[in-house]
Amino acid sequence: MEIPYTLTARPDTGLYNAKIGIWLFLASEVMLFGGLFSGYVFMRLGSEPGYWPHGLLNVPVGTMNTFILIASSVTVVLAWASLKMRQFTQYKIFMAMTILCGAIFLIVKLTYEYPQKFQHFGVYIKKDALVKYEDYLGNNYLKAKNLSPRVEITGHLHNKEALTDPNVKEYEIALDEVNAEPTNPQSDRPHFWPKPVTEKIATIEKSDVQYASVFAPRHSSYFAIYFTITGLHGLHVLGGVLVFIYFMLPVSTRLYRQNPEHLANRVEVAGLFWHFVDLVWIFVFPLFYLL
Amino acid sequence: MAQQTAHEAAHHEHHHEELGFWRKYVFSTDHKVIGIQYGITGLIFLFFGFTLMMLMRWQLAFPGQALPGIGGLFQKIFGDKMVLPDVNGHPGVMTSELYNSFGAMHGTIMVFLGIVPTAFAAFGNYVVPLQIGAPDMTFPKINMASYWSFFLGGVVMLASFFCPGGAAKSGWTSYSPLANITDQVPEFVAAHPVLGLIFNGQSMWILGMVFLITSSLLGSVNFITTIIQLRAPGMTWMRLPFFVWAQLVTSFLLLLAFPPLEAASIFQLMDRVAGTSFFLPSGLIVNGAQIHISGGGSPLLWQHLFWFLAHPEVYVLILPGIGIIGEVVANNTRKPLWGYKAMVFAIFVLGFLSFIVWAHHMYLTGMGAAVSAFFQTTTIMISVPSVILLTALILSLWGGSIRFTTPMCFATAFLPMFGIGGLTGIPLAFNALDLYLHDTYYVIAHFHYIVAPGTIFAIFAGVYHWFPKATGRMMNQFLGRLHFWASFLFINGIFLPMFLQGMLGMHRRWYDGGASYDISKAIVWGLSGFDWNKVISISAWGLGLAQLPFIFNFFSSIWYGKAVGRNPWDATTLEWLAPSPPPHGNFDHAPEVHRGPYEYSVPGAAQDFIPQSEPTSPTAPAAPALAH
Repeated sequence: MEIPYTLTARPDTGLYNAKIGIWLFLASEVMLFGGLFSGYVFMRLGSEPGYWPHGLLNVPVGTMNTFILIASSVTVVLAWASLKMRQFTQYKIFMAMTILCGAIFLIVKLTYEYPQKFQHFGVYIKKDALVKYEDYLGNNYLKAKNLSPRVEITGHLHNKEALTDPNVKEYEIALDEVNAEPTNPQSDRPHFWPKPVTEKIATIEKSDVQYASVFAPRHSSYFAIYFTITGLHGLHVLGGVLVFIYFMLPVSTRLYRQNPEHLANRVEVAGLFWHFVDLVWIFVFPLFYLL
Repeated sequence: MAQQTAHEAAHHEHHHEELGFWRKYVFSTDHKVIGIQYGITGLIFLFFGFTLMMLMRWQLAFPGQALPGIGGLFQKIFGDKMVLPDVNGHPGVMTSELYNSFGAMHGTIMVFLGIVPTAFAAFGNYVVPLQIGAPDMTFPKINMASYWSFFLGGVVMLASFFCPGGAAKSGWTSYSPLANITDQVPEFVAAHPVLGLIFNGQSMWILGMVFLITSSLLGSVNFITTIIQLRAPGMTWMRLPFFVWAQLVTSFLLLLAFPPLEAASIFQLMDRVAGTSFFLPSGLIVNGAQIHISGGGSPLLWQHLFWFLAHPEVYVLILPGIGIIGEVVANNTRKPLWGYKAMVFAIFVLGFLSFIVWAHHMYLTGMGAAVSAFFQTTTIMISVPSVILLTALILSLWGGSIRFTTPMCFATAFLPMFGIGGLTGIPLAFNALDLYLHDTYYVIAHFHYIVAPGTIFAIFAGVYHWFPKATGRMMNQFLGRLHFWASFLFINGIFLPMFLQGMLGMHRRWYDGGASYDISKAIVWGLSGFDWNKVISISAWGLGLAQLPFIFNFFSSIWYGKAVGRNPWDATTLEWLAPSPPPHGNFDHAPEVHRGPYEYSVPGAAQDFIPQSEPTSPTAPAAPALAH
């Protein structure tokens, strides 16, 4: 039994089966990420003034990752075109470049961006104690300049035992520049190039803290939605990379020898998925890094 | 069977590779086997979900009394914490926790593991490729993956009953923040920090849903591609049987409505496992103490994302049913469907509108009058295509010489009862009325009239109708009649009184049937001490008994039913052209289509039906090729 139109297009629709299948799948993916981004909108609109952080992500690294993904979208098309021209060696080169780009993206995320967040620490100050930490928050200065207030003090936690030991009554935090010099006009806007943590250490009493956490999903609405969306996007990248690796294995070489058009179709369909993953990142990048 | 092997031998142009037992019946890629797998699993889940309800009905009718007979066993299964002894020390009184988990799992199982797999996936898989003249689905392996993903989802859901703390208890809607914070047993979480967060009712519910969503994604992509790509030559869009249209629209609903629930499930899982606050507002108080969270979340977000799925889901539940009824009605009235084109357009409008009515489930949340007014308007609009569909089906009966076969009995009963379900929904569409009726038994009765005497009757009609195709044998008519009349009687005994209870104000989540509420005395016992709860419960158990003839009939007919040929119902659509049961690959020759789906009682024709595959002028056989 042969199923028709697995390789060639049906005349009246002009498409082969898998191409319709992948477009439908992508429609479903649009709804999935649509749901996730609607979560972003709800979280952001629901946050009180000062509670939605800006400038906590590394913009240059994010920009680099953006260009890496865009480059991989180009190379996957070139790989497909090479197959169509029956240039198998060239196909392998472009496919390897695609895989490399995807892998670099993931490595940067997993070994640099995420771990950096987990080392960072933030404490939200209770509303009635904000005045007490005016030296680190600079709210009078911000009010005079008509900017949103600061309610959080961030940096690296100096006394890690404060997280577990109930007898330790305060957090000692090596401050980020924004809290070290809160009235410096350079900190009015988020920095494009991230600044390292200063050596100035602030002592914050636990009784003044509303909520404290490392920059993990539980830290705030912002990091919750950041880790959820980038995590799922990362899983999509991983899925794409695994499929592309499959296209480099001997099974795919054999398929090419028997039926090159079949492999070309597979690469085209996987490439469509890859472009979608790229497109999602085009939304993720400005929403989390820039806005 | 002998007949069929003869056929195979005679017609098979390509040699047949004999598949082993596992590949043929378990991990099969044949759409018919997958359809039957879906059907049987779905019917079992339907009966299981109904059993949960039959147990709950005992608690509603006889609160605080031990289950008779099976109380001891019941306690053994669910444990001493969930099942208590009554005042006399007899074991078998369910706790409110167990009652709540049964309620949540009844809804979940009936909707996602019972009706969708049976009405959509089982009939869709078995019938759609046959009706469009295709050899199989476009992606047979993905089809198999769809079934097994569904199966795993079912296993996870069932396993959740045996997690510490029992199955999910927050209703099938799993509203946050309640669903975020329930079901975690502190001792278990303390002993196993990771396992404790995952192996509990609500987390398992979410994981089960992820499997089910994956399954329906794989299934719906397959259905749509199959219907677009694999129609036989001549099967133009307006020659598609109505059932195929219904399946196409349903597939689009599943494809596009389910992912937002997946997003919501991921959020809820993050809330439960990673400690985020997607659905938890700032300053949330639980058990008298503020819980330690970052806050800033929105409980309404869950409701929006949930109902964005769950309202189209209602149409996922009913559209395949209407499709089945369309086939059965046309075949048994021996005339074309009245207004076939109008029905097709109506079903498309309905599919589209179903995406913009979801917040009519949320009038009570205080989302604002302007938003309510919008959703009230779209909800009233959606009743127009629904009424077109039902009217067309009723008018199809007009002037027909109806054959009251067993499937037709169920189809005729479907029409008025689906009508009751639909019309009682209109008051709920209005904000002002809904504020009063919200979460009462009126709502329960309304949607059960749509899915129980509606869709489930359509499922029975479909089983009786296509059974001869799947097995080559008829189901017994006497047992079918018995099944039909008993079901018809009892199902109305269950749901009609609920309208009354609901309008008097009985709340849907009362655990003891209202016994502990003073206000409920007048509602439940009403005039002269007549207890509607008992009437409903006895009817429910009667309905359970009424399924026994069906179960017996189903299995005995597989082996002992009357053997029939390819087209026992004298039907026109393509599935009746294939052998019964159809072999792998379905048809003897690739079929060609020459006419519309319902050419019954055509004036001047030799018989009262003309199959779609019949060339247009049967007297002059297809002209031989002219060019030489």
